[in-house]
Amino acid sequence: MYLRHGAFSYLPDLTDDEIALQVRYALDNGWPVSIEHTVDPHPRHVYWEMWGLPLFDLTEPDGVMAEINACRTTFPNRYVRVLAYDARLGRQTTALSFLVQRPEVESDLELTRTEGPGRAQVYGVRSVPARSDAHSGG
Amino acid sequence: MAVIEKDEQDRWDPGVHSYASMGYYAADYEPKDTDVLAVFRFTPQSGVDPIEAAAAVAGESSTATWTVVWTDRLTANSHYQAKAYRVEDVPGRPGEYFAYIAYDIDLFEEGSIANLTSSIIGNVFGFKPLTALRLEDMRIPVAYVKTFQGPAHGIVMEREHLNKYGRPLLGATIKPKLGLSARNYGRVVYEACRGGLDFTKDDENINSQPFMRWRDRFLYSMEGVNLAMAETGEIKGHYLNVTAGSMEEMYERAEFAKELGSVVVMIDLTIGYTAMQSMAYWARRNGVLLHLHRAGHSTYTRQKTHGVSFRVISKWCRLIGVDHIHAGTVIGKLEGDPATTQGYYDTLREDHVPINRGNGIFFDQDWASMPGVMPVASGGIHAGQMHQLLDLFGDDVILQFGGGTIGHPLGIAAGAEANRVALEAVVKARNEGRDLLREGPDVLRRAAEQCKPLEAALATWGDVTFDYTSTDAPDAVPTASY
Repeated sequence: MYLRHGAFSYLPDLTDDEIALQVRYALDNGWPVSIEHTVDPHPRHVYWEMWGLPLFDLTEPDGVMAEINACRTTFPNRYVRVLAYDARLGRQTTALSFLVQRPEVESDLELTRTEGPGRAQVYGVRSVPARSDAHSGG
Repeated sequence: MAVIEKDEQDRWDPGVHSYASMGYYAADYEPKDTDVLAVFRFTPQSGVDPIEAAAAVAGESSTATWTVVWTDRLTANSHYQAKAYRVEDVPGRPGEYFAYIAYDIDLFEEGSIANLTSSIIGNVFGFKPLTALRLEDMRIPVAYVKTFQGPAHGIVMEREHLNKYGRPLLGATIKPKLGLSARNYGRVVYEACRGGLDFTKDDENINSQPFMRWRDRFLYSMEGVNLAMAETGEIKGHYLNVTAGSMEEMYERAEFAKELGSVVVMIDLTIGYTAMQSMAYWARRNGVLLHLHRAGHSTYTRQKTHGVSFRVISKWCRLIGVDHIHAGTVIGKLEGDPATTQGYYDTLREDHVPINRGNGIFFDQDWASMPGVMPVASGGIHAGQMHQLLDLFGDDVILQFGGGTIGHPLGIAAGAEANRVALEAVVKARNEGRDLLREGPDVLRRAAEQCKPLEAALATWGDVTFDYTSTDAPDAVPTASY
């Protein structure tokens, strides 16, 4: 499965220069940036592992880019995402999130079905190793 | 009608007095922070004094009846009287006036839009001395705002639930509106979701007809939603329309949608304010997003001389507690002046909406941290307009492309992908500091070089526009203050 996650997962992978432009946009808005990584692409998997604390008080993308590269180097075969956080009253939530790395071989999500009453299905989704004949997802 | 003037007779003498003389016009009244305020546009019959007409609107929407009743003297009458405190000419519209009216908060039951509207738009719209009357805007005091639940989830919670940030959401209404069997219907849901949309949607008049009963539609739609989730790794939803002839049936349908794991259900405005509010409570209790389709609203929102402005409907719906509401596209096939539509979006999304007569906003409105409603832009929009849509509405909006997805020459999934690629390309460009209105078409063309479906979409619809004059635009003279 080609994971669709974050704001730009239907575009070609962002180059480092393009990532830096998005980071600058976040910093210009006063949004601290953080980095998270995982091996599990389940759509309900919210709490990816944090790469340190959010990078507060930065004004230039360089420091963020260094941390992104450190995370990618440490975990070359994981999903890595960049998040920008808006702490303003009324938002206090993530303002932007996008992938900056995906594993070379991505696992699949298998849809499980259990027969329920009245023709209803109980659905479940779980991560499984990639199958060569799986849908590409787009 | 023989009206007794004030100086000829006492306020409490039996008979018919002018409304103004009975206290329904008070030019020196200072509205209290807790008052409900309303602005009406009114057109008096010829020969009717505008001040008296404004007083009549205040009277007929509060305590007055056509003649003096002695039982008023058993109450603190002036407390319960609405007061017209300002009357203005409408700029450029001879014979029309704006009346500002203040209502004490004691006139209204806590947490009841039904009660609020029964007062404010109850009898008065049929009042004979007026040829037309329109409720233009309202100021809901914070004290009254706080008696309402508000959106079942709101914009922030919806984004956290869907795990999608920093871009508008995408949807499509399943077409054709009527006639598809449940199995065929679910196919369209599946293709649109797997291609890249976040949501698909039942149309307003899809309920439970002979060609497709509601339960079958729910089963097949959820098959499509779940399959698309597994293929993409993204949360997907289909607005399952639970609109029905009774609350009992709506609850039954909503419960079934919840059991199937749907993240969202849908209602139509036609079910009425109280039913909408009941469904908002249900949605909060059950953790299911609530989508509202504004079916029927144009019968009373579109004509500027008579009815209720959609900015007022927006305000009521935020109090009622829906999570989504259709609020116009500006550039699509349906009515929508840009400034007026911006006023709706501000009303739905912002915590403090300042007076802005140019956008049709007559009062400052504080929402006291009540979560925002996600506006939905739907109706005759396509991928080639993506930069304009993002420029108009920003990130907190759901852009719905029904025909623009399902009518794509390469198929439904390709239509969905075209829209998603176009959206992400313009969001990325905006964040990079590019000028969307100037460079947008170029950004889309470049994105299309790597995306055949977008190339085909631009070739099919790139130059389609709906360029008509809007019926409902604000009548305001621009000044330095707005």
